[in-house]
Amino acid sequence: MDLTYPPEAEEFRERVQRFLADSLPEGWTGLGALPPDDQAEFQRNWRQRLLDNELLGVTVPAEYGGAGLTLVEQAVLTEEFVRVGVSVLPHPNDNFGFNLLVPTLLQYGTEKQKAFFLPRTLSGEIRWAQGYSEPDAGSDLFNLRTRATVSGGDLVINGQKIWQTAGLTANWLFTMVRTDPGAERAKGLSFVLVPLDQPGVELRGIRNITGVTELAEVFLTDAVTSLDNVLGGLGNGARVALTLLGFERGISGVANAEAFAIELRRLVQLAHARGRSADRDIRLRIAHCQVKVHTLRCVALRALSAGLRGGPPGPESSLTKALTAEYHQLVTELAVEVLGMAALAPTGPGAYDTLKAQPLGLDSASSAAWVEDYLNARSRTIYGGSSEIQRNTIAEQILGMPREPRPAAAR
Amino acid sequence: MHFDLSTEQRDLQASVRAFLAKESPTEAARELPETEQGYDPALWSRMADDLGLHALAVPEEHGGIGASFVELVVVLEEMGRQLVPSPFFSSAVLATRALLRSGDVDAMSRLLPGLAEGTTIGTLALTEDDGSWDLDAVRLAAEPDGNGWALTGAKAFVPDGQSAGLVLVVARSAAGLCLFAVDGDAPGLSRSALPVLDGTRRLARLEFDRTPAVLVGADGAAGPGLRRALEDAAVALGAEQIGAAQRCLDMAVGYAGTRVAFGRPIGSFQAIKHKCADMVLDIESGRSAVWQAAWSVSVDGNDVPLAAAAVQAHCSEAYVRAAQQNIQIHGGIGFTWEHDAHLYLKRALSSRELLGAPDQHLLRIADQMGL
Repeated sequence: MDLTYPPEAEEFRERVQRFLADSLPEGWTGLGALPPDDQAEFQRNWRQRLLDNELLGVTVPAEYGGAGLTLVEQAVLTEEFVRVGVSVLPHPNDNFGFNLLVPTLLQYGTEKQKAFFLPRTLSGEIRWAQGYSEPDAGSDLFNLRTRATVSGGDLVINGQKIWQTAGLTANWLFTMVRTDPGAERAKGLSFVLVPLDQPGVELRGIRNITGVTELAEVFLTDAVTSLDNVLGGLGNGARVALTLLGFERGISGVANAEAFAIELRRLVQLAHARGRSADRDIRLRIAHCQVKVHTLRCVALRALSAGLRGGPPGPESSLTKALTAEYHQLVTELAVEVLGMAALAPTGPGAYDTLKAQPLGLDSASSAAWVEDYLNARSRTIYGGSSEIQRNTIAEQILGMPREPRPAAAR
Repeated sequence: MHFDLSTEQRDLQASVRAFLAKESPTEAARELPETEQGYDPALWSRMADDLGLHALAVPEEHGGIGASFVELVVVLEEMGRQLVPSPFFSSAVLATRALLRSGDVDAMSRLLPGLAEGTTIGTLALTEDDGSWDLDAVRLAAEPDGNGWALTGAKAFVPDGQSAGLVLVVARSAAGLCLFAVDGDAPGLSRSALPVLDGTRRLARLEFDRTPAVLVGADGAAGPGLRRALEDAAVALGAEQIGAAQRCLDMAVGYAGTRVAFGRPIGSFQAIKHKCADMVLDIESGRSAVWQAAWSVSVDGNDVPLAAAAVQAHCSEAYVRAAQQNIQIHGGIGFTWEHDAHLYLKRALSSRELLGAPDQHLLRIADQMGL
């Protein structure tokens, strides 16, 4: 048992700290403290600065222009960035590119695919959105109906995808389509990369629960992509997709816990400001959140340590996914209760991040941000495999419990 | 970084698990509470002599083996899993850690070898009739008496207080909080066993009437050491709780895989699966937190106060939930005296209250957070 980072990781941490000290303006208190109007420009410049210093795309090997960091270095970098309130992935589409597609591409991509997509993802020329869900295939992912047929050297795609976060700013989609309609459920699927800037693709925005249009749906009508853009080979989509979902669930847990700790300090400030800090019930519930954050960090450290021994994430990533999602609902529910009536008349800057805790520096008194966080947190137990699906996975794959019999019609 | 048990620790885990499964089957948890002693002295000696469990985390200079706190935690998880009725926690954790954290090297060299060899059973008498584990609530009076001290007052809910040969008593002198060593058969000490809900953990009420006592550490200065000892104990108890919760989960999953209703194993229903998955979430979070805290104790990490309180707040609830859900998943059979499920539930309740209920740990965390 040794929970310390290896010496080379600590050396790297010093390098990151020096970089941050050199790069951030005097008196920097975190992205959350910037006026909302200045945040987009800061993020553009910050992305360029990371790219120039080979600190963007930490998972991308150096031969493709990335930082090529080890897993432990990624953890250290992410931790340090969270602590000072700057983004590892500054553009809204970077999350999908670097956290999801890049690891999958590295595992299943051909040399030609890697050489084409990796540098362009880094430069920002290609901005990714994910395309798994369909109107009739969410948790039941393998029920998807979007079809693709081979025509010469191309795939011709027809169907609809939905729930693309940052879809309106994306120009490529990684998606799953049915290439063999005769095969059973999961067997006829392929994982394909599709350019969005073409006549066969229509994107429409979806206004979410907070009133913001940050989701999209994609209509594919004879949309075309080259057969070269199939990842992992025709008919292997299910395997590729499950690996990717594992990455979505497993990555950056330690930094998440760090971000939650920052958020919880903001809640303590709010409790003081609202005169609720001496209230026994509120004290107990905030402390309960602290326990959750602490245990999440322990679980994440254990997963990181296991990850250092290699291999893609297994069903254990379902634990992190469920715990993280449910914790964020718990803490934001508490925040809204601490606000009381003030939650009904939201003021102050809103949320910067929609999928995670707000960056350091946000004014704890901003009721608008807490309320948006509360609303956004509703989606966390739905996207990327709902909490119910995670529990099925835990029960069936970790505990080996019997699978639910399928009704005959669905076979 | 290696957040996992080492090969040697895995070996220790396997040998303790095999030993306890053979030598302390769950019938023992059913039968021994009916006996006068409440534990098996022959097993106690074998645990000490053959496996060296009592001596494991005691430094070599005091007659121990000098392994780390992590090894002790590995053993406790196994004892929790097997529900071993034994004064081990009282002696090898409460008494041993109270001495180790007292800073009194003389008392350590006098008293630790007996505890490490298993020839002495020790315990810590802290709680009084109000049942509070808060050190500020201690009232038992200590007065100088000749060259030594005399204690007057009462302690209640003392784990294994009836069988302990060495009672470490927390008392209050004019100078403040003190720790004293008292012989189990000292004059002026009367001990009575309390009726217990959880037969695997004996409790006693101890009355002191000018009972002679030897001061451990400096007069009035026991607070900081005791706090650290209680933090150590909180982590160790968390390991016991996780081991027992894991056993509840294993029982539930096993039963749900074989019990058929509506033409299929009940384990194929999501209602049952999700209960079991909830237990996994509780247990894996708890085990990660226990290991982290045990490692932190072993390196004197500065996050031990938070880590230990978090372990108790989490593991107490996790074990109670697992024990309750295990009964629910078993249905009617889980409600019977013959089934083991109730033994685990009663132990879950006694473990939750030992060292303070979850709320007390949470309020301490709130203090640490500046609330």
